[in-house]
Amino acid sequence: MSKSLTILLMDPPYESSNTATALRLIEATLNQGHHVNVFAYEGATALTFKHQKGHPNPVKETSIEEEKHPLTKDLIAGLFQLADKNNVNLKWVNCGFCVDERGVGEWEKGPERGGPPQFAKMVNQSDKTLVIATTR
Amino acid sequence: MRTSLNIINTAYRATLEEQDDTSLWLIHAIRKSGLNSDILLVENSVNYGVKSQNPMPLAFGDAHIPFPNKFHEDLKSLIQAGAKVLYITDDAIERGIDHSELIPEIEGISRNQISKLMQGYYHIWHW
Repeated sequence: MSKSLTILLMDPPYESSNTATALRLIEATLNQGHHVNVFAYEGATALTFKHQKGHPNPVKETSIEEEKHPLTKDLIAGLFQLADKNNVNLKWVNCGFCVDERGVGEWEKGPERGGPPQFAKMVNQSDKTLVIATTR
Repeated sequence: MRTSLNIINTAYRATLEEQDDTSLWLIHAIRKSGLNSDILLVENSVNYGVKSQNPMPLAFGDAHIPFPNKFHEDLKSLIQAGAKVLYITDDAIERGIDHSELIPEIEGISRNQISKLMQGYYHIWHW
C-alpha cells in the first residue's frame, strides 16, 4: 500500500548537497511506489525556475553542449516523469512569497504556487515528514 | 500528542533582509492553519529569547531596512498563539545567558530531557 512523504526543502540551487540528497530521497521514495509532497521554501523555490541555463566550462574547455550542465529544473522534471511512470503522485508546491522575493515565479509543468496552508495540509495527509533546512 | 516540535538550531540567518526568522515565520503561519507546533531553541538560537534585544534600522545608501526583527517579541507572539517555547539551559549557561535575561514566558529544559520531550510529538523538525 502506498504511503506519502512530505519534504520541506529550503536550500537554493547549486549551494548545498542537501539538494542532491533530497532529490535522491524523492527518487527512491517514488521508485518504491510511494507518494511525495514537496514544499519548496525560501531559496529552494528557485530549483524549478524555468530560465535556468547551462554554460560552457572554460577550465575543461568544453562547450555548452559537451558540458551538459545539470539544471535542477530538469532534474525535478525527471522526477515528475518518474512519478507518472510509477503511477504515484509527486506534488511540488513553491512558496509564493519566496517566489516573489526572488523573481523565480516561472516554471515548467508540474510545480504549483502555494503557501503555509498547503504545507500544513500536506503534513496532515502524510505518513512521514522531513524538513531539510538551510543550516549554514 | 502535539503535531511538531521545531528545533531551531540556526539563528540570525538572513534575518536582516527578511525582517523575520523564516523558520519562526513559517511555524507561526502553519499554526494558523491548525498545526500545533512548538519550539525548542538550541545553541545560538537561545539568544532569540533575550529580552533586551534592540536591533537598529539599517541603511545602505538610500536603501533602508526599516524594521529589523525583535525575536523575543516573535516568541511572545507565538506563545500567545498557543505555542510552547522551550530552550536548552545548558546552551544558555555556556553562552553566559542567565535565565533572568530571557523573557519569562519561555521554559528551560536540560539536554538530557530532550528525548523525553520528543516523545510528545508526531514530527520532529530540525531547522
